[in-house]
Amino acid sequence: MQPSTRAPKWAKGLNYDRGEAVIGIEHYVVVSSILFVLGVLGIFLNRKNVIVILMAIELILLSVNLNFVAFSAFLNDLVGQVFAMFILTVAAGEAAIGLAILVIFFRDRGTIAVDDVNRMKG
Amino acid sequence: MIHTIAFYIFAAMVIASGALVITARNPVHSVLWLILAFFNAAGLMVLVGAEFIAMLLVIVYVGAVAVLFLFVVMMLEIDFAEMRAGFVKYFPLGVLLALILVSEMILGIGAYSAGSMHLGTADGVGTPLMGESNIRSIGALLYGRYLFLFESAGLVLLVAMVGAIVLTHRERGTVRGHQNINKQVRRRPGDATVNTRPEVGKGIEL
Repeated sequence: MQPSTRAPKWAKGLNYDRGEAVIGIEHYVVVSSILFVLGVLGIFLNRKNVIVILMAIELILLSVNLNFVAFSAFLNDLVGQVFAMFILTVAAGEAAIGLAILVIFFRDRGTIAVDDVNRMKG
Repeated sequence: MIHTIAFYIFAAMVIASGALVITARNPVHSVLWLILAFFNAAGLMVLVGAEFIAMLLVIVYVGAVAVLFLFVVMMLEIDFAEMRAGFVKYFPLGVLLALILVSEMILGIGAYSAGSMHLGTADGVGTPLMGESNIRSIGALLYGRYLFLFESAGLVLLVAMVGAIVLTHRERGTVRGHQNINKQVRRRPGDATVNTRPEVGKGIEL
């Protein structure tokens, strides 16, 4: 595949009629990379607040979903979107369980700071 | 043209709100920025032609997950000012890691742009149906080839639900109306009812 012929092929996948400059897969990959990095950064910056850490994990999952959907669209293959749905399922379950653990932890200790989590015994 | 402009607006919004999620002082604001990020990501997905996943993102994330977050944030009374204490301390490490990740991704995209990497070609199982909408094509795939995976996704949700309930359920001791299922099941007719033959005019003792 020649680099010069790539853009029109994506354009066809996106049902573009016009031959103008189109948004390529790189654009989506860049956006989702930035979102992923923001999520990782969020985990490091909010070391004390578990809720924000969970939100940062949601951001990471969102960026992965964005990547899956973008590649699925540009490769004209719906399996990526099906997989994105499964990621959504897992993300919802993860949020529910994580927040449940958070609630019982707070009920027990009165704090949600990660640094205070130093005992396994409940 | 409008497509390009929309992409850049959505992309800028999703990145800005993602940054605000992790830097907002108040976790309630973080949740609200997270909702905005989800909406804009859904916009990006609509642009690329994946309407179903975009709507699912709005319904599942904004409708369920974000509301759950909001609920928990507001339920726990926490001194949020104290939570920010480690922010400056971990900032250099976090930025260093972020820079490493960004540089790796730039290397990857650069290698792709230079033509040394090629996208694979799809094997054809997931090709959208001719002339059908996105949701119909996904449905055909999901209820056909990926039926068992779909069922197991439902199982994952069931386990998550049971887990969340088991974790947060609190035994409330002897509060009025408390139900002891074990006791209920063990109960036999003989324990509950008794036949008496009261004499006329004497009444019965219970």
